[in-house]
Amino acid sequence: MAVLEIEGDTALVSPVRRRRSRPSGLFLVALVWLALIGLAAILADFLPLVSPTDMDFLGKRAPPSAEHLLGTDQLGRDMLSRLIYGARISLTVGLLAPAIGLVIGGALGMLAGYFGGRFEVITVGCVDVLLAFPPLVLALAVTAYLGQSVLNLTLVIGVLSIPAFTRVARAVTLSLSQREFVVAARTLGATHTRILMRELLPNVALPLLAFFLLGVAVTIVVEGALSFLGLGVPPPAPSWGSMIGEGRESLDIAPWLAFLPAAFMFATVLAFNIVGDTLRALTDPRPATL
Amino acid sequence: MAKFIGRRLIYLLPVLLAVTLLTFLIASLLPGDLAYTILGDQATPEKVAALRAQMGLDLPIWQRYLLWLWDVLHGDFGRSFRTGETVLAAVLDRLPVSIELMIFAEALGLLIGIPLAILCAVRSGSAIDRFLTGLAFGKLSLPSFMVAILLIYLFAVQLGWLPATGWVPFTEDPIGNLRSFVLPAFTLAFAEWPVLMRVLRSDMIATLQEDYITMAKAKGLRPARILLVHALKPSSLTLVTVTGINIGRLIGGALIVETIFALPGIGRLLVGAIYARDFIILQGVVLFVATGFVLVNFVVDMLYAVLDPRIRHGRA
Repeated sequence: MAVLEIEGDTALVSPVRRRRSRPSGLFLVALVWLALIGLAAILADFLPLVSPTDMDFLGKRAPPSAEHLLGTDQLGRDMLSRLIYGARISLTVGLLAPAIGLVIGGALGMLAGYFGGRFEVITVGCVDVLLAFPPLVLALAVTAYLGQSVLNLTLVIGVLSIPAFTRVARAVTLSLSQREFVVAARTLGATHTRILMRELLPNVALPLLAFFLLGVAVTIVVEGALSFLGLGVPPPAPSWGSMIGEGRESLDIAPWLAFLPAAFMFATVLAFNIVGDTLRALTDPRPATL
Repeated sequence: MAKFIGRRLIYLLPVLLAVTLLTFLIASLLPGDLAYTILGDQATPEKVAALRAQMGLDLPIWQRYLLWLWDVLHGDFGRSFRTGETVLAAVLDRLPVSIELMIFAEALGLLIGIPLAILCAVRSGSAIDRFLTGLAFGKLSLPSFMVAILLIYLFAVQLGWLPATGWVPFTEDPIGNLRSFVLPAFTLAFAEWPVLMRVLRSDMIATLQEDYITMAKAKGLRPARILLVHALKPSSLTLVTVTGINIGRLIGGALIVETIFALPGIGRLLVGAIYARDFIILQGVVLFVATGFVLVNFVVDMLYAVLDPRIRHGRA
């Protein structure tokens, strides 16, 4: 089950170690796929694509042809075009929502971990309460009240991702703030702002970025799940999740209508997971075998 | 131990209170007037005002929260304005289905995960270990609704062995009831086993390095006995936690799978309430699911402390 939480403790790290990394072939393939899908999503308007919402009732569920490279769906809309415009929505929500969590949660976590005291107690308490809620249920409920739109979806998932980022940022900051280089900076009379921005931030940034990439993967899945249920991105805008949901109705006559967007989504989520995990392994001093 | 439980209990109460507050705030502060939703677009302003007064919607928010909390504490979670069913009755009606699904899914997940984890731990670093670890990692990118689609396509559409939908009560048709649970349970188990396997595998690799395992080997005990009797129990601490947390999550978290396979459980109730814009049911179910989630986590904490004395003495 996709959830908006990943074990925060795994990101406990020492200051950035520059290791000689040997990027695996899989890592490169993942990067290439992300670049491809990202470019296609950005340039969708300039690519020679049929409109993703133009219907052709005579050419429903057509097999691939010169006109429709990947065929058409149950309303005769071009599949390739819908997949690419769907990528646009998945990536927009997928990147923006965790970005909200990264900025707000990261800042809260760093402040809590650095200053401690009452502020930390309150922050940790709030994080615990928010994490006590089953995230998908909360996302569904809030979207139901707010109304369905890409903006609302991004905001809801973004706010829900704040606690997880807070937890990671606080844990990393805690383990760093007693280290020699921070103590040294403090002894030299550096201000809190300077210590936070110049000493701590560079070291917290990489584990947070790794967590961000894993968060993108989770968000794409959550957006897909909500759209699949018809409670995410409103039609007729194409989204991978809603395409899978619509394709489910014709699994017996045209299974590729569900399988194509599923394959795109799987490849993209897997790619983000691979890149995020590689980055996490780089910042994690513990041996990868355990 | 009593002191530890007491400490955790004191912590539990504010969390539960916060859960009720959050549930109430989501439902109250967000746009959309409940009275309008109930009466529909054709409602006259007078009618809406009358209903608002009757439901207490015109009171200040803190007063409404306290009134609502008072009712909730007395077991009155409200009543659906669509069907007239009380929230409590609706939840209790759906709960057995969700629990049945949860038990099947978790049992299947453990049944797949534990042997694979032992296999990986014993042959740690081998080709089979790398393959299974890779598979588990890949599986994390395959959300349950995709697994559901694949399973439906394979076993319901292509082979025709199992029904994709069509739940029947156990008392009417036991076989049909069990058959309708096979695909949803496998879908959830597919999401469970990689997590369970990863957790048990890494704990077991650590346990197998312990001196007493070497001792057991030196005594000439059979490998199977060493693994299953000596190594499995001390390695399963994290597994217990993860299994427990997953069970809590599945109470409401199976909503996608329940919706796809049309199983009338808690998750389906929640999604149905959203489709029907039945906000009283929605609020009640969210409260119920979140409370269940918190309570299960609490019980898991307790269980963990029973299994590992270091935790209740605050040293782990």
